[in-house]
Parts: sequence; C-alpha cells; structure tokens
Amino acid sequence: MTEAASDAFVAFERVQKSYDGETLVVKDLNLAMPKGEFLTMLGPSGSGKTTCLMMLAGFETATHGEIKLEGKPINNIPPHKRGIGMVFQNYALFPHMTVAENLAFPLEVRKIGKSEREEKIKRALDMVQMGHFGGRRPAQLSGGQQQRIALARALVFEPELVLMDEPLGALDKQLRETLQFEITRLAHDLGITVVYVTHDQTEALTMSDRVAVFDDGRIQQLAPPDELYEAPRNSFVAQFIGENNTLEGTLERVEGERCTVRLDSGEVIDAKPVNVGKAGERTKVSIRPERVEFDPELGPDAHTLKAEVREFIYMGDTFRTRLSVAGNDDFIVKTRNRADQVRLTPGQSVTIGWLPQDCRALDA
Amino acid sequence: MTDTPLGPDQISGATPDNALRNADRAAAKDGPHDGPMLAADGTPLRRSLNRALRRQKLRALALVAPLLLFILITFVAPIADMLFRSVENQIVGETLPRTVAALDDWTFADGEPPDEAAYDALYSDMFLAAEAKTHTRLGGRLNYETTGISSLFRQAGRGVADIGEAQIEAIEDSSEAWDDSAFWAGLMLTGDEAAADTDLLADARARARIISGEPLAMPDETWPSAAAAAALPRTAVAYTEFALYTWSVDEDPPAEEDPWEAVWLSLALDLAANPDAPSAFSGAQAEALSAAQAALPPGTADFSFRDAFLEMDEDWGSLDVWGTIKAFGGPYTSGYFLSAADYSLNPEGVSAMPEDEQIYRTLFVRTLVMSLTITLSCILLGYPVAWLLANLPLRTANVLMILVLLPFWTSLLVRTSAWKVLLQQQGVINDILVWLGIVSDGGRLILINNATGTIIAMTHILLPFMILPLYSVMKTIPPSYLRAAKSLGATDWTAFWRVYFPQSVPGIGAGSILVFILAIGYYITPEIVGGTKGVFISNRIAYHISTSLNWGLAAALGSILLVLVLALYWLYDRIVGIDNVKLGG
Ligand SMILES: Nc1ncnc2c1ncn2[C@@H]1O[C@H](COP(=O)(O)OP(=O)(O)O)[C@@H](O)[C@H]1O
Ligand SMILES: [Mg+2]
Repeated sequence: MTEAASDAFVAFERVQKSYDGETLVVKDLNLAMPKGEFLTMLGPSGSGKTTCLMMLAGFETATHGEIKLEGKPINNIPPHKRGIGMVFQNYALFPHMTVAENLAFPLEVRKIGKSEREEKIKRALDMVQMGHFGGRRPAQLSGGQQQRIALARALVFEPELVLMDEPLGALDKQLRETLQFEITRLAHDLGITVVYVTHDQTEALTMSDRVAVFDDGRIQQLAPPDELYEAPRNSFVAQFIGENNTLEGTLERVEGERCTVRLDSGEVIDAKPVNVGKAGERTKVSIRPERVEFDPELGPDAHTLKAEVREFIYMGDTFRTRLSVAGNDDFIVKTRNRADQVRLTPGQSVTIGWLPQDCRALDA
Repeated sequence: MTDTPLGPDQISGATPDNALRNADRAAAKDGPHDGPMLAADGTPLRRSLNRALRRQKLRALALVAPLLLFILITFVAPIADMLFRSVENQIVGETLPRTVAALDDWTFADGEPPDEAAYDALYSDMFLAAEAKTHTRLGGRLNYETTGISSLFRQAGRGVADIGEAQIEAIEDSSEAWDDSAFWAGLMLTGDEAAADTDLLADARARARIISGEPLAMPDETWPSAAAAAALPRTAVAYTEFALYTWSVDEDPPAEEDPWEAVWLSLALDLAANPDAPSAFSGAQAEALSAAQAALPPGTADFSFRDAFLEMDEDWGSLDVWGTIKAFGGPYTSGYFLSAADYSLNPEGVSAMPEDEQIYRTLFVRTLVMSLTITLSCILLGYPVAWLLANLPLRTANVLMILVLLPFWTSLLVRTSAWKVLLQQQGVINDILVWLGIVSDGGRLILINNATGTIIAMTHILLPFMILPLYSVMKTIPPSYLRAAKSLGATDWTAFWRVYFPQSVPGIGAGSILVFILAIGYYITPEIVGGTKGVFISNRIAYHISTSLNWGLAAALGSILLVLVLALYWLYDRIVGIDNVKLGG
C-alpha cells in the first residue's frame, strides 16, 4: 500500500487475527483509508471480512498489529467510546423499543437534551424517508423499512465512520438496488467515511470509491472498481470480479510489455505480463468474454485460435457462446445482439481472436 | 439469520385460518353487489369451505380428546369437588333431619336448651342413626366445631335403646302377642283395604334412601294403613322406619323381625296419649292393645325424652351442643372458610379465634412471603447461570446443562435429606464455618428446621425451573443486539440493562411463575426441613387430609390457596402482561 498510513483516517497496520491460536483468519492486513472514502470489503464467505470489521468496531481484538483512527491507535479503546456507527445484517433493531426510541438510544447514552434529541431523530428519519414511522415497533416494519431505520440509527449520532456488514443481504434484488443507491447518496451527502462489507460484486462495484478484494485473510487487490475489472492484479481477482476466461500455460519469454505463453494444448500466444515470474514458470492467462471476437479482423497484432462451439445461449441483448478452446471447455464469448450477428450451432468450428493487451498473464 | 416478523397474516400457507381469512377478504372485495362467491359445484364458497374444515376440526378434536378427558377427570373434576367440599355440610341435615327442623324456632340467644319437641325429634333421629351407625360420623364432624360432641354422640348411640325401658318391659309382659313379629305387622295393616298413609311412607322412604345410599328395592307395601296411622300416629311412623330400614338395608322382611325399641316406646306413648286407641282395632289386636294400655307404668303420659337424655349425659342440656347442631344444620356452611381464616362459627355467631390459636393467616402470609423469597433467590442465582449457558459454545453449554438438570435425576426425598445432613448444627456447613473461624463453636448457626432451611432447600430444588426458561429465552436473543447497543455508545452495563435485560424478562416471567406456583404448593421439603417455623400452608392441608380427616377444612384452605394464586396471576398480568411470558423461541 503506497499511501502514507500516518495521515490516513482509518489505518490497519500489519493486523493479524486468530480465534483459536492455530489458524490465522486475518493474515497481515494493511489498509489505509482517507476521510470521506466509501470502501467496500468484497470477498467470499469466510474470507475474514466480518472479522476485520469487528476489530475496527472493537468487538474483537487484533492478535497482532495496530488499528488506527485519525492516527491514534484504538486497540485499547472500548467499543462504546470509538464513536463508530454500525449497521448489521439482521438490522439489530431493539424489538422492545419503538423506532423513535431506537433512534433516541445513542443520543440518550450521550446525554443529549430532549429537544435536541427529537430534532435529530426527526432529521435522521426524514433522511431515510421514514418520517412517519417513529411510533412503530420494528416488528411492524418490512425488511427494507427496518434496514432504513437501522441506517438512520447508525447515523443519528453523527459518527464520522460507519461500518456496514452485509446490510442488504436479506433483501430482494429490487429493494437492494434502491437502498444501494440511497446509501451511497447519503454517504456522499453527509461526507462520512464508510467501510462496507459484502459478498456481492455488483454491489461492491456500483457503490464504492475503492474495493478491497478479500481472500484467505488477505487483501488480494485494493483498487477503484473500474481498475479492478479492467486490470485485475491476480487470477483470484480476475475470477472473482465479473466473468473471466482462463487459459493455463507456461511462460516462454517475458520482454517488457509483452510475453509469450505456451498453452498446455501447444498453441503459443502473446499476452500482457501483469503478475508473472521468469520464463519457464506457470501462468494463467485471463481474457474477458466481451473482448473476444469471432472471425477477427483485428489487425496484425491480434491473436487467433481455432475453437469449437459447445453451446449457444440467447440472452436477449447478448449472446453467450460456450466454446472449447485450447483444452478449456468453458470458454465463454459474449457478443452483442446485432442485426448481422450470425447464430452459431453446437459442433460448428470457428476462429476466435483478441488483442494481446486484453489478454493478461497472471499468477498460476 | 433473517428475522422477518411473521404475524398471522404473513403466514401465507394454506392454513385453515388463512383460507377463512382469504374467503373473508374475497367476500369483502366483491362487496354486496354480486352475492356470495360460489364454488365450482354451485354451493356458496363459504359453506363448502366450512364443510371441508369441519373434518379437519373433528380430527383435531379426536387427537386432543384423550388428553382432554384425562384433564377433565384428573384436574377439573377434583378441583370442582374440592370447591364443593369446602362448603358442603349435608351430613347434619341428613342424619338429624327432624332435630334440625325442630330447632327452627330455637336460637342460641334464647339462653336455654330447646324444649321437649327437640329432644323427641333427637330420639327418633338418633335411634335410626344408631341403627345405621352414622351417628359416629356426624359426631366426628361436629367435634371439629365443639370438642366433646364426638363422645356425646357415641354414648347416645349406645344409650338410645335403653330409653323408656320401663314402658317397653310393661308392654312386653302384658301379652304374649307382642313377642310375635307378624302380629306387629298385622297391627300396622289393620283397617280398610290398604288405605295406606302414603305421605308418611314417602318420608320414610326418602330417609331410608339417604341412609342406605341406593334406590330401595322395597315393594309397594301398604303400611301403615290409614286407620293404624290415625289411631297410633307415633307407632306408625316408627314402625315404617323400622320396616323400610330392615327391608332395604338388612334385606329381611319386617314381618319376621322384632321391632326396634323405638317402636315399642312409641306404642306406649300413643296408648298413654289416646285412651281410645284400642277401640279402632278389633279382636286380638284390640285385646292386646288394651292389655298393654292397662299395664303401662304410671307417668307414661308425661314421658320426657329430655329427662332421658339428660340422665344419659348432662351435656345434652348444654347450650353449646344444641347451638352447634343449630349452627351447622344447614346443607351448606361457611364454617370451613371461616376456620381457614382463623375465625370460628360459634353458636353465638362469627368470632375471631383466640390469639394463640390463630395459625392459618400466619401460614398463608408465610407461604406467600417465603415463596416470593424463593422465587427471588432463584432469579438471582439462576440469571447469571442461564446467561453463561446461553453464551457458551453449544458443546460446553450442553455439558453444563446436564449439571443443571442433575438434581432432577435424584429423588426429591434424597436431596432434601441431604440438606438435612448438610445444614444441621453439627452438619458439614457449620463444621466448615467453625473450622474457618467464621462462627464460634458455641454459636453454630441454626440453618435447618426453620424458614432458612426451607428457603435454602427449596431454592436448590426449584432452581432448574428458573434456569430452563431463562436459558431458552436468552438463547433467542442474538448477540448482535448487545453489539449494536455498544456501537451506539452504551457502556456494558447500559447495553445489558436497557437492551438485553428487557428481552430476557419473558424468561424471568415464565421462570418466576413456574417456581412460585410450585413453591406455594410444596409440602415435602418444608415438612422435612421446615421445623415449625418453616412449614407452609400445604403442610396444614396435608395434615387435614391425612391425619385429622377434616377434608372440608382442607378443601377450604386449598380453595383459598387457589384463589390467591389466581389473584397473583391476575396481578402479574396487569403489571407485566401475560403475553410477556415465554418458554423459549
Ligand atoms: N467467533 C469466532 N470464533 C472462531 N472462529 C470464527 C469466529 N468468527 C469467525 N470465525 C472464523 O473466521 C473466519 C472468517 O470469518 P468471517 O470474518 O466471519 O468471514 P466473512 O465475514 O468474510 O464471511 C471463518 O473461517 C470463521 O469460521
Ligand atoms: Mg461475514
């Protein structure tokens, strides 16, 4: 990580965490966030995202390393003094209190006067468009409404940092999209710093300033969404974000911006070396399905390979073609539904091709 | 974990209720303009739905029927019986019906025993009771109210046959005919074609039925004839009673049995009272009657049952005895409830028991206070344990749960006796305290045979009933609530008190109700470790059930206890709300 961790708003420095003293759930986590950033932790289940969030919130202690807030280590500050807002996946609205009482709770424990309290509650409820629901109990609200209240409660005491752990995981797709939009809007309007945890890559890509892709207790890549998609730094990220075709092979030559890879099926292709070792080492070549073309007229640089159609799927705006290429039976090609686009039939032999700069040689 | 709230309306499956609800909704939507919805075969939808549901309901009923029956027989019926017994008092009126009737005009306030008519009635009642041997039971019953009545009645039962001995012997000696049982029967059937005195017979029948407890197998015999009843009214009554009793209870034909002494004495009194009586008869009957009349000892006309009873025992002249019979003569009595509240129903009216005999109110108060103390101790000891169990990993929690349940696997008696060993003055706990120097050897604590002992032992025994509901309720409180509270700025204590505790209240409620209701009716443990200062009202109830056999009082005490529990339940509902009680989930 290249940012100067010292002037970051939130910083993880060499943080490790083990629950059982045998395995590390978080291995050497380094992360620095500027104020006002919307950062998403994305990763498969069990990759340690929640653990990181809990360490930041103070519910788990780091086994090793330091977590800093505004430059000050917070390892020894109890959770209630950290002033961090939190939104939980199951909302965690107190069932025995009304919505207004739920929102009053953080203000009461901060000994804020009644009139100011009411004003803040009203403002927070209006913010999430739930102004008329103050008297309801959580059980009388729908899932989406509960999530809005949970959000309002986490924001009502005006924290500078808000953590959200899969807050939309239990909602249906449409509601999720509405709320995704609302959360990003609120975060930007209020200028708060957000650490958002999800295992849904669309959510991560659409909402965040930067995304930290987690796997196996490490950040695999920390980058803005477009960079993550366009330029994955390793094959895990390439696989995890979006759709991806992988061809395995051995490096023959590496020369600056260009390398040659001998695929396991014997073909030799050119690729852009991103994360490779020396000649003779194994590599995985990654090509996005929408960068592949049939019967290419891409110019002299382009690569062409013979392929056999396995399956042709009509998807409305796009066609998905599953091909068998260089020993990979799951090679997907996505083409737009254009008037002149031919529909392929299984068994048909075709030629496919791509530009070498769209073909990234990554770690094996 | 997705905790989407599920109200009845959100359960959208095909439950019968939802089906009805949907039908309602459909009906409401279609409105009045186009009539009821019709099913495919043209019957109204609601009717065909109801028909479909009826089978389901019948099946449900069939499934619960055995339990319902069981509960009715073993729970509802005994409670109803108990409530009835606590006011029931038929025995006096059934055993001494004439006496109770004769006392109608008499009151204790008259200041003197009742007149001859009452003694006369007592004689005939007592004679029949002595034959049926019900007088001892009645004596026992009245002895609860006035001591000494039991022996008075027993003595009267023995002595009643000797009353009027002189008159009986005189008749017996006057003619051979009187020794013939059939002659007596014939005498009672004298006169016109069986013109029976049916009223008299019906009365006697009713009494015999009460005594024998079963419908009489007696054929429609015709004594006494109207003529006999007119000439010898007392004798007719006495003979009918004798005859019916002999027939129905002893199952002997009366014509083959010697009449009771009461019949002989009645004949003597009839003959003395009505010098013309023999003239209503003829032949041998008239002769025997005249002979008997002539043989009567002087003074028979003025025969006094009162003197006869007083001679047997002076207490028959006592105002208290007659007052008691009068006070408890009715079929229902408030006497048991008054006793249960430390009042007594005297001949003079209602009065408080003397200070040193008031025990029940103290016992009720003690039972309530100690049950509350036990409940509170259970909450204080059980809450942390339940919390720990709910927050430990499942495997550890299960092991500890076995420890919590362990007491259930040993007999109650064994556990209680173990407490006796531990708590006594020379017991383990005192030994340890002395050894540690906390108490001196001379100042060993009294931990048993008093309220302390009962509270300690019962808290131990009832603790699982508090921990189990608490645990299952706490198990359903997700840890994220506490975390949420802390992230919102609450200290550990505030988070617990304002967020966790209110959600565990239903568990406390369920546990408290269980423990309290079990405690209030407990009696084995207080009996063993409670001494005199630590026993409960239930021990007194048990005593009256099995030792003093005063079931009426036991029933009254039980009824008061039941009402108290219901009142507390109502109070709990008002304060905490009964829907705020959960046994889990
Ligand atoms: N309280 C805990 N005790 C022991 N292991 C835990 C605990 N919480 C999480 N883990 C383990 O740590 C790993 C990471 O979990 P988590 O941070 O919840 O992942 P994520 O949120 O990315 O799904 C998982 O393997 C999980 O089993
Ligand atoms: Mg998680």
